[in-house]
Amino acid sequence: MKFLGYKRPDGRVGIRNKVFILPASICAADTARIVASQVEGSVTFHNQNGCAQVASDQQLTMDVMAGMAANPNVYGIVVISLGCENCQMDLVTKAIRERTNKPMKTFIIQECGGTIATVEKAVRAAKKMVQEASLLQREEFPISELIVGTECGGSDPTSGLAANPLIGALSDKLVELGSTSILSETTEFIGAEHILASRAATPEIKDRIYEIIHRYEKALQLVGEEVREGNPSPGNKAGGITTLEEKSLGCIHKGGHTSINEVYDYAKQVKKASGLVIMDTPGNDPSSVAGMVAGGAQVVVFSTGRGTPTGNPIVPVIKITGNKITYANMEDNIDMDASPVIYGPETLEEMCDKLLDEVLQVANGKLTKSETLGYIETAIARVCNYV
Amino acid sequence: MNAMVIDAKDTVAVAIEPIRKGEEVSFILNGEIKTVSAINDITIYHKLAIVEMKKGEPVVKYGEHIGLAATDIAVGEHVHVHNVESHREDL
Repeated sequence: MKFLGYKRPDGRVGIRNKVFILPASICAADTARIVASQVEGSVTFHNQNGCAQVASDQQLTMDVMAGMAANPNVYGIVVISLGCENCQMDLVTKAIRERTNKPMKTFIIQECGGTIATVEKAVRAAKKMVQEASLLQREEFPISELIVGTECGGSDPTSGLAANPLIGALSDKLVELGSTSILSETTEFIGAEHILASRAATPEIKDRIYEIIHRYEKALQLVGEEVREGNPSPGNKAGGITTLEEKSLGCIHKGGHTSINEVYDYAKQVKKASGLVIMDTPGNDPSSVAGMVAGGAQVVVFSTGRGTPTGNPIVPVIKITGNKITYANMEDNIDMDASPVIYGPETLEEMCDKLLDEVLQVANGKLTKSETLGYIETAIARVCNYV
Repeated sequence: MNAMVIDAKDTVAVAIEPIRKGEEVSFILNGEIKTVSAINDITIYHKLAIVEMKKGEPVVKYGEHIGLAATDIAVGEHVHVHNVESHREDL
């Protein structure tokens, strides 16, 4: 099975061809926004971090910035920093260069002489880069080049019945075809971690699964919070969820049935052709998606019950729902109605083929609903994390 | 069809329509249509037993244990917080 993608100089294959205007800190975010607004084919996001962070927290921001820049959907990067932030330009460019050798230009606002002077220089550089990018043609690549992120948000009872099992079936299929599928959202594993751990490919991976969960619990305990308490919530129970195990199983179904071959820390580089892997991400959707995008996922498949608008500046997010009322209500935002998994006429296998076809079409260039709307919301995980 | 079984190992089905006490519950298991009679009203997306579970036996959904039966549970009975208890297992 093949798709049409863009070959990068570092050997990776992208399915979009964006120029990424990367703000190294919150103080550069507005300038980056102005630059991106002037250059068709460029994208940015509002970086709220990059300064006044403790080292471990700053590292998460650095990993997301470097990973997003290195994501193969990006042709080239224009980095904009203020100049005095903790995420100094030389640190950011070094982190990017450790992951990729693609085109990169840098501008420091305090050295360029303010926002307008920086905008002028950066716009010229970005315009040149999008023109170079436009010369690149799509070529055929095996599906094993794809790293697919999976995510759920705004869940309802249909998520565990239809959308997540469907993503699980897709994950099994992708693994069979030689791709990588990422299961995310550590907070959602809690209660079913023993089941996930029993699927670990090695004892070391089993230990890592417990490690990321206990680390999460400990970080929250430091601020007096207990993540297992209050779950399932009264709303979950009213919806028919009886135990925490059941709630978590509904989520981890996105990971299908294959063995877990690796556990990655947040935003770390994921290897292609690895089968099913876990990334330690928070339950907050945009920050979980950002972690997988930084890991190199070229596409994300996202299940929702209530209907969420999540997108990403550089990676298409394919949204599916098992709730036919939500689909009818939010067709603007949701790409596929997965309710036939519950109500027919199609079977889970038939719907899986349909979803795989959608993934391939999106890989080949079809825009998702969130892309047509220009959705770029992004969040970056912190040390005392989102849940 | 007014209920759904997610995995062939499951001991519970999930109502995909509101089901009333005494109503016939139908679902597909291993490619065949099966029926049981509902002992209670079952809210949409809530669970009901499709096999008998004795107190202390596992309640299975998604092919995995979601808890243990806190009482004996009869076929067709609503399965929820009143008759299931969470149980951490070391697999």
